[in-house]
Amino acid sequence: MDSTILLFLLQDGITNGAVYALLGIAIVLIFAVTRVIFIPQGELVAFGALTYALLEAGRLPGTVWLTAAFGALAFAFDLAASLSTGIDARKLARSAGFNLALPAALLAVTHEVAGAGFGPGVHILVTLALVTPLGPYIYRVAFQPIASASILALLITAVGVHLALVGLGLVFFGAEGVRAPSLSELTLELGPLLVSGQSLVIYAVTLLAIGALWFFFERALWGKALKATAVNRLGARLVGIRTTFAGALAFGLAALVGALSGILIAPVTTIYYDTGFLIGLKGFVAAIVGALASYPLTAVAALAVGIVEAFSSFVASDLKEVIVFMLIIPVLVWRSLTQPHVEEED
Amino acid sequence: MTPPPAATHAQPLRSEAPMTARSEAALPPAAAGEPQTRNRGRLKLPPLEPRIAIAVFAAAMAALPLIPGVPVFAITLIGNIGLAALVALGLVLLTGVGGMTSFGQAAFCGFGAYTTAVLSTTYGWSPWATLPVALLVSGSAAVVLGLLTVRLSGHFLPLGTLAWGISLYYLFGTLDILGRHDGISGIPPFSIAGHDLIDPRTVHYLIWGLVIGAAILTMHLLDSRVGRAIRALRRGQLAGESFGIDAARMKLIVFVYAALLAGLSGWLYAHVTRTVTQTPFGINAGIEYLFMAVLGGAGQIFGAVVGAGLVTVLKEALQRVLPQVFGHGVQLEAVVFGILLVGLLQVAREGVWPHIAALWPARGRPVPPDAPALARRSASAAPAEKLLALDGAVKKYGGLTAVNAVSFAVGRGEIVALIGPNGAGKSTTFNLITGVTRLTTGAVRFEGMDIAGAPPQEIARLGIARTFQHVKLNPEMSVLENVALGAHLRGHAGVLSSMLRLDRRDEARLLAEARRQIERVGLAEHMLKPAGSLALGQQRVVEIARALALDPVLLLLDEPAAGLRHKEKEALAALLRSLRAQGMSVLLVEHDMGFVMGLTDHIVVLDFGTKIAEGPPAAIKTNPQVLEAYLGGVA
Repeated sequence: MDSTILLFLLQDGITNGAVYALLGIAIVLIFAVTRVIFIPQGELVAFGALTYALLEAGRLPGTVWLTAAFGALAFAFDLAASLSTGIDARKLARSAGFNLALPAALLAVTHEVAGAGFGPGVHILVTLALVTPLGPYIYRVAFQPIASASILALLITAVGVHLALVGLGLVFFGAEGVRAPSLSELTLELGPLLVSGQSLVIYAVTLLAIGALWFFFERALWGKALKATAVNRLGARLVGIRTTFAGALAFGLAALVGALSGILIAPVTTIYYDTGFLIGLKGFVAAIVGALASYPLTAVAALAVGIVEAFSSFVASDLKEVIVFMLIIPVLVWRSLTQPHVEEED
Repeated sequence: MTPPPAATHAQPLRSEAPMTARSEAALPPAAAGEPQTRNRGRLKLPPLEPRIAIAVFAAAMAALPLIPGVPVFAITLIGNIGLAALVALGLVLLTGVGGMTSFGQAAFCGFGAYTTAVLSTTYGWSPWATLPVALLVSGSAAVVLGLLTVRLSGHFLPLGTLAWGISLYYLFGTLDILGRHDGISGIPPFSIAGHDLIDPRTVHYLIWGLVIGAAILTMHLLDSRVGRAIRALRRGQLAGESFGIDAARMKLIVFVYAALLAGLSGWLYAHVTRTVTQTPFGINAGIEYLFMAVLGGAGQIFGAVVGAGLVTVLKEALQRVLPQVFGHGVQLEAVVFGILLVGLLQVAREGVWPHIAALWPARGRPVPPDAPALARRSASAAPAEKLLALDGAVKKYGGLTAVNAVSFAVGRGEIVALIGPNGAGKSTTFNLITGVTRLTTGAVRFEGMDIAGAPPQEIARLGIARTFQHVKLNPEMSVLENVALGAHLRGHAGVLSSMLRLDRRDEARLLAEARRQIERVGLAEHMLKPAGSLALGQQRVVEIARALALDPVLLLLDEPAAGLRHKEKEALAALLRSLRAQGMSVLLVEHDMGFVMGLTDHIVVLDFGTKIAEGPPAAIKTNPQVLEAYLGGVA
């Protein structure tokens, strides 16, 4: 392995690692606020990638129907809850606006945009707008009803959601893989290394997103509310933070980050409806290194995962996934040594 | 502040007491749980002994292939249910009873299946001869993965299983010896005396014989000394460890047991389908097995069979119907499964089995008969002057000093009280003595031996038994079983002898001892109720009975009188006096000063982690520093 290959693999690893970092951070975010270990984060990435790639190809992405279906379901849940507690017209109207009118508007807009020859900028915006609401809808339907259940029950629910979303991905996007054109055709020559514009975009967006999340959590009131919910749900409610809203917000942010990651990797690799799972799980490996709590540690670990993956695909491509996922074993051992068992009183 | 009793907390997967002869029966109708109430007034079938139920089920399974007109595909399907039920049974034990969740069970099936596939094709072994090797391979893999992962707290374990589940799936498809993605075909069928078991109707007997056998052995295991220890696990490890249970070892045992059942299923699978590829051992299969266990009712042995049956039949039906509707049905059953799993956790987390079990009335189980008493602890050879002595004990949490250079001693046959305002460091001192937290500096001597740094299990072995400020009982287990847990170290039955029912004499003596201690503390009438159904004050007394079942030399009681009524307090004081008369030493933390002053020989007062006074009750009552600490200044 000469230094050119070494540098190339390193760059490749960092590029993938940056995307895993975004995922890992979204996973930590959701866990911190809702205690949900959100296995389907990868599916949101795949949906983002597929939506963007299809828009770039001038086709109407199935996401419009998927989002509409989930919105309708979320409204049905709100309606049912409202019927059992007494109808609150204002609440219902708000729910209808967010769960029914929004997806309908998105459908109309996307219909206009698809195939109309707009550039990547518009397509990116439409993609983000289509995928982001899926987060709160999923939270409303699957997690809000059992928000106070144990981490384990929430985890099993998350696995159920993963199964459903992968299957729905097949229904709404079909089995064929897609790949989007590069976001930037630029190529930089740094010594022996060719750095693609796409990688630079990925680095920039990842850094921006991490910075924005940091600002949100440390500086903005909403972010502080989310943090408070993470520390103590009951306490947060007592001081007037609506934990349901916090949950929906966290899922929305995670879906946004997921869609963004999808747009970033769509030009790098061919995405199928079920590609997201493995990508998401690599974010998980990173999130676990960060003990599902630390954003910086997660980001660093994600880069390490990307680099290990790049090198193992060069050295033993067959065993790439085996190596990446076995990485978690020493991490878990290290975790169990440094973090003695805590009695979970739930 | 006292937390609400654990019984009201939301549970991950509701575990009713596992379906064993004892615990099922231990639920009297009044407290038999939700399903019972829901079904009140509905159909009730005549009482049924689990033994008879199993016999009836076995007979029905045996008769099935003989009934004319039962199509072969139905028998095949039922065989698949059996294969899945074996794996789900392991998960029931792991998740529902032991509180650990695994998405990776399919990988253990893979170990079993690939082992026998390689040995019987490449090396020409007989399928029967490969069984021990297949089990050895799955078991060893489980020991390695278990050693690495069962110590993990809560949710890290399932995430770990997810990761190695995927990893092993890819490994199976990569190794040349396992035929890479093509897998291994041409695996010989089972054969008996030259007769091949190719017909699903014959192999049916082998599969279901093993399923029923495994279910019986598992039932026996749960209804035993080891089973109690396993069942105590999911409610936190601390209580169990304080009575000598090695929680990590118990978890490993359950983990390996579940893996062995999965390996057995894989071994059967290989010779039934006669082809092995990586697909059935992937993470989706692992999720499906967990789904079966949850659907059936995690914690329920028969739930495993019901769950496996429902999921397998549903999958078959979906695979037939969906392609006709959508044209391509490859993954669509996943959508249905996913939605069902999400819905199940929202509306019926306890699963299906408790609702089926509610069709039969709960049977009363008799109070355990008398049995020869367990051996008592022999008195220590050279009694040291003081039984327990703390010498300059310090505990620091970062910058906070919770216990600051505290020294005091408890003599033989003495009742000593540790008092002080909230936050004085009393419970921390208890935890230092019982090995729950480690001293920063200083020494704790018991019978002259330094016990600082010893784990709770070791300290229990020495004869120090404790109760907890926040009650740590398993609310679903009966009072009797909770107390029997205290006598864990005085029994000897292991996993194998429990499974084979060779433990009955040992078990009878443990239960008789538990019964004696319950009678001693005056809770005989509540003996068979679930511990969670008792008032909080009574639960504290149950903890005392559990501590007594250890046959302790020193009893540590953390606020024993809290929540008791006046009469109950008097009874408790009388009990402690009689224990003292028999030579037992007691160290207690208590806020009820009337109780403390009338009972104790010696009082140690802590304030902000520092000992501010000690002496006989009369001296403490008038000590100005104590009054200052309690009342904020002498009036």
